[in-house]
Amino acid sequence: MIEIEDLSKAFQVARKKEGTWFGRTWETVRALEEMTFSVGRGEIVGYIGPNGAGKSTTIKIMSGILVPTSGRCEIMGLTPWKDRVAHVRNIGVVFGQRTQLWWDLPVSDSFLLLKDIYRIPENSFREQLEWLVEALGLEALLTFPVRQLSLGQRMRCELAAALLHRPSILFLDEPTIGLDAVSKIAVRKIVKKVCAEQQVTVLLTTHDMNDIEALAERVILIGKGRKLYDGGLNALKARYVHTKRITAEYAGEGEALLSALESAGCRLISSDAGRLTMDVDLEVTGVAEVIQRLTSHLNISDISVDAPAIDDVIVRLYEELAL
Amino acid sequence: MRPYIGIFKTQFKQGIQYRTAAIAGIATQFFFGWVFIAIFSAFYGDQTAVNGFTKAQMTTYIWLQQAFLAFIMLWYRDNSLLEMIRTGHVAYELCRPLNIYAHWYARIFSQRLSSGLLRCVPILLLTALFPFGFGLSLPETPISAMLFVISLLLGLMINTAISMFVYISVFVTLSPAGSLLIFGIVGEFFSGGTLPIPLMPMTLQRVVAFLPFAYTADFPFRVYSGNIGTAEALAGIGIQLLWLVLLPFIGNRLMNGTLKKLVIQGG
Repeated sequence: MIEIEDLSKAFQVARKKEGTWFGRTWETVRALEEMTFSVGRGEIVGYIGPNGAGKSTTIKIMSGILVPTSGRCEIMGLTPWKDRVAHVRNIGVVFGQRTQLWWDLPVSDSFLLLKDIYRIPENSFREQLEWLVEALGLEALLTFPVRQLSLGQRMRCELAAALLHRPSILFLDEPTIGLDAVSKIAVRKIVKKVCAEQQVTVLLTTHDMNDIEALAERVILIGKGRKLYDGGLNALKARYVHTKRITAEYAGEGEALLSALESAGCRLISSDAGRLTMDVDLEVTGVAEVIQRLTSHLNISDISVDAPAIDDVIVRLYEELAL
Repeated sequence: MRPYIGIFKTQFKQGIQYRTAAIAGIATQFFFGWVFIAIFSAFYGDQTAVNGFTKAQMTTYIWLQQAFLAFIMLWYRDNSLLEMIRTGHVAYELCRPLNIYAHWYARIFSQRLSSGLLRCVPILLLTALFPFGFGLSLPETPISAMLFVISLLLGLMINTAISMFVYISVFVTLSPAGSLLIFGIVGEFFSGGTLPIPLMPMTLQRVVAFLPFAYTADFPFRVYSGNIGTAEALAGIGIQLLWLVLLPFIGNRLMNGTLKKLVIQGG
């Protein structure tokens, strides 16, 4: 479906020279360097990386908006920036921070316009709209002007708008940004459902690792325009997660024990007023052993063990790779 | 054509939502119309005509200008479209299987048309009732009325094509302020918005004839008032059509060139 090979994009950015009136220097910013990956039909791929890593640049190139400096990108046999018009029929896009709906008109008007824009035949349009209204729970929203919708409601409508013309590929650029927990879960469910039932290939960029965990079996991690990791989410975790976090509430004098633990593979994150948090390095010691030492020396009233959140994994990864 | 007609319709629907803004605009236009007529009347003094342009024609010219302000003023703009470029929302527009120039042309045309139609009817009706010498006269003949409607619509299309250059420039500069000011002032002057073209010195009038601006506003208004006769009006419509081929052709090429170098703002 998506074949990307050695894709690079460099921008020329003007910088004002310090201490001069008109002096400018041109700097080359490499947003994307020799990116290579491919995505097969029906896959959901999480495309992650810190701000400025080149995620949006990739999405924009794949949507035919930006022309890359060099490299190859073929999506369903078409090159987005060369066959833009034919290509964009195959794709649906949702940019979480932007809207494609007409602000002062009812949602249904925006949908009708999309029907015209994509030249969707009446029958096909009705059928797909019915399916989407049902799947996304839009029944009550269609007659409201977009400006009166909540962000969560609007995002559901944005998803519907992106899918009306039955695209084979869906680009989701931060689709859950700014949403509350309930709406986030709703959006994830919907994306999952749509992909499963309509065989849509999804490329998802996000900063919310829960999106990735809920949706993507595969992640591509990029930083400074380069690909750093491409593979399963669990494999990524296994590779970079060598610690577990223990949080405990206790009574008693624990200083001696804690310093003993610290020299035995534990890293104390915080400890005050009878509450401690520590990371256990699994390569040095085991969780069970640490808990045993804690319970035998202290009066533990509550204890929990967590795998680090995927966010922490990413932070550590970024640190490790010096992004 | 279907997508572009769809865009036209949708924009029109959105345009006519802003009726309160139209009423406020109408009040302003009555005021300015009155001021302009007062100034030019003083300039006429005892003369009934200047350069063959009668006082009644001048009054009608000014009221038509005010009634169809949204059709003719280059500084009249679609903020939502400019905002879209500035903030990067335009990304969506670029993901449509459409010719981008035609897409935006349909939008701007519709926007100006909806806005103009909302405002023109009350102004035309009321000014036609103003006491003699101060109001809008009826069209010279039924034929000039018909030619007026045609040339006004063509004028609106030329104006939309000129406006497109402002929007294209915003892709490069990111701020509409500069190009709007330049296009606004140059356009307004050469379309007779500052001083009606028939009142300009002959040399200047000859220059104006080679520019597209006069064909957006001045020309249809003079057809209406009979200052331009039928034969001359038909020739003028021909020139309008020429501009309508030339301007979108250049605009489309410029747009495509600009988009190739485009950087969408924001992450």
